[in-house]
Amino acid sequence: MECGSDNVIYMDNNATTRVAPEVVDAMMPFLTDCYGNPSSMHTFGGQVGRAVDEARESIAALIGAEPDEIVFTSCGTESDSTAILSGLQTFPEKRHVVTTRVEHPAVKNLCENLDNLTGHKHRTTRLHVESDGTLDLDEYRESLTEDTAIVSVMWANNETGVIFPVEKMAAMAKEQGLLFHTDAVQAVGKIPINLKESDIDFLSISGHKLHAPKGIGVLYVRKGTPFIPFLHGGHQEHGRRGGTENVASIVGLGRACKLAAETMAEENSMVRYLRDKLEAGLLERTPRSMLNGHKTQRLPNTANISFEFVEGEAILLHMNRFNICASSGSACTSGSLEPSHVLRAMGVPFTAAHGSIRFSLSIYNTEEEVNFVLDKMPSIIANLRAMSPFWNEKEH
Amino acid sequence: MWEYTDKVQEHFMNPRNVGDVEKADGIGEVGSLACGDALKLSLKVENNVITDARFKTFGCASAIASSSALTEMVKGMTVDEAEKITNEDIADYLGGLPKEKMHCSVMGREALEAAIANYRGVILPMAEGEIVCECFGVTDLEIIRAIRESELRSVEEITNFTKAGGGCGKCEDRLRDILQQTVAGLTVEPKVVKKEKRMTTLQKIKKIEEVLEREIKPTLKKDGGDIELVDVDGDFVTVSLRGACSGCQSSQTTLKVYVEKKLREFVSDSLIVEEGR
Repeated sequence: MECGSDNVIYMDNNATTRVAPEVVDAMMPFLTDCYGNPSSMHTFGGQVGRAVDEARESIAALIGAEPDEIVFTSCGTESDSTAILSGLQTFPEKRHVVTTRVEHPAVKNLCENLDNLTGHKHRTTRLHVESDGTLDLDEYRESLTEDTAIVSVMWANNETGVIFPVEKMAAMAKEQGLLFHTDAVQAVGKIPINLKESDIDFLSISGHKLHAPKGIGVLYVRKGTPFIPFLHGGHQEHGRRGGTENVASIVGLGRACKLAAETMAEENSMVRYLRDKLEAGLLERTPRSMLNGHKTQRLPNTANISFEFVEGEAILLHMNRFNICASSGSACTSGSLEPSHVLRAMGVPFTAAHGSIRFSLSIYNTEEEVNFVLDKMPSIIANLRAMSPFWNEKEH
Repeated sequence: MWEYTDKVQEHFMNPRNVGDVEKADGIGEVGSLACGDALKLSLKVENNVITDARFKTFGCASAIASSSALTEMVKGMTVDEAEKITNEDIADYLGGLPKEKMHCSVMGREALEAAIANYRGVILPMAEGEIVCECFGVTDLEIIRAIRESELRSVEEITNFTKAGGGCGKCEDRLRDILQQTVAGLTVEPKVVKKEKRMTTLQKIKKIEEVLEREIKPTLKKDGGDIELVDVDGDFVTVSLRGACSGCQSSQTTLKVYVEKKLREFVSDSLIVEEGR
């Protein structure tokens, strides 16, 4: 089958990212000649084991952790499930979990199904968000009880890019002796993280969100934090996660983390500049459009913009004609019939939620691409509005 | 990404007959912004023949393509011929629709029916049924009709065609019952006792607001307090106590004993009131 990225303007990096060429190069030997099993006794396998260890060090360095605090998993979702279920098993007598209304389905759907998974009745507090997508720490403080086993709050939201004060929240949980997990798949590599200075017990990483391949994840487990494995099996990962290591992807993730450490400054200057230019330009050129999420407390690469009275899938398909890739929080694109739970939790009106488009940039975007999108978007929106029964040129 | 036929894509990119017919003889409006798609169809009828048809649609590619196809199909037909168009006809005209998008063709047929009813000056019976899916306001009559016409055999298919069950999913058991009874050829039993009519979420919110204004706020205000509706999620009503009520020792008692009791009395006896902020 044919597949190519020629002429594609890729602004959907919160969905997945391009595998960096340096990452592919680093992986290739482990997909060809170096096929040994890192657990083997012979040198042929042992050298592969050393590559895995090196990757572990690079990953730990990016987030300010120790190498033996890194556990490899298959994806962000596995990391999330492992952390939360471990927390609940650590305190089998506690039946309360605190999370937010805007978590990724990996955490949201797990928390909604805890009763079935554990066979016990659980209570879950889903923290509200304000209209700008931020949390209220007073509500959080009040939600922590003696019955709480674990808190799970994402570091940055995938749809809006809003950043939550997880370090402060982890400290508050620590004061009461509670475990704290954060799904940081959108934050790692984009903003500085130093776990040594924090009270976070568990942190999830997903490789393909930071220019490594799909199918590799990490769970950071703080030294001293009680841990119960999710996948039992061999002694891999010191018995914390059974299953033969996905060596090539682990090496790729290690290289991607090194790369992220090198480009973090660029992410926060160049990518931020492009995002700001795109965002300001779209809001200025399109009437009845608005930004979803806090203006500044946000990832440097994400802009979620609602275009009122038009539907997201229709917008995306018109963008697709120009090879522009983005996402929408509309019902039709989610495969469900209701718009994004994140935008609904923020109280974004239906008129705007259905017409929301998420642009998420990366270091591979250029100013030329931003200019092209700014040139095309206003007429796409105007044409669809001309067709909308709710749009009245004179009134708006 | 949806697999759309070339014809769907072509009608989406170059829709025919966009706009409003001037001095229309029949107008049909279905759907809403909240539901994520809406269609306004206007017809010009001369000597019982549809001479012009135009549409305005808010929705996804298949909703726009279905609307465009519909206007092409009905032009030149007599009203009696047009009346026989089914949603399957619309989908066939487009070379098929993804199964999750069949409700777009159903919306087309509904708009056509509404426009013809409007032309004839009659009221459609479909809205008379009992609401089964509160999220999308779908009645049992609409569901039974879809099951019969499109030979639906699962709850998932009902959702694909009518949207019913596609929101909170609480009506799934009821959908399964309706499906079994309809397939078995039984008439779905009409409720013997006229139970309180089920409301859509929008209707519920409106009613709760009314009761808050009329029954509850005046009493709270006497004590220097106030209350605001924050959210309604199924039976869960989140309110926020303001003024002297916020932080008041007995505010929890006020909520449960007074506010919840009143809302249960006037809106629905299954409501649960919680305090938000």
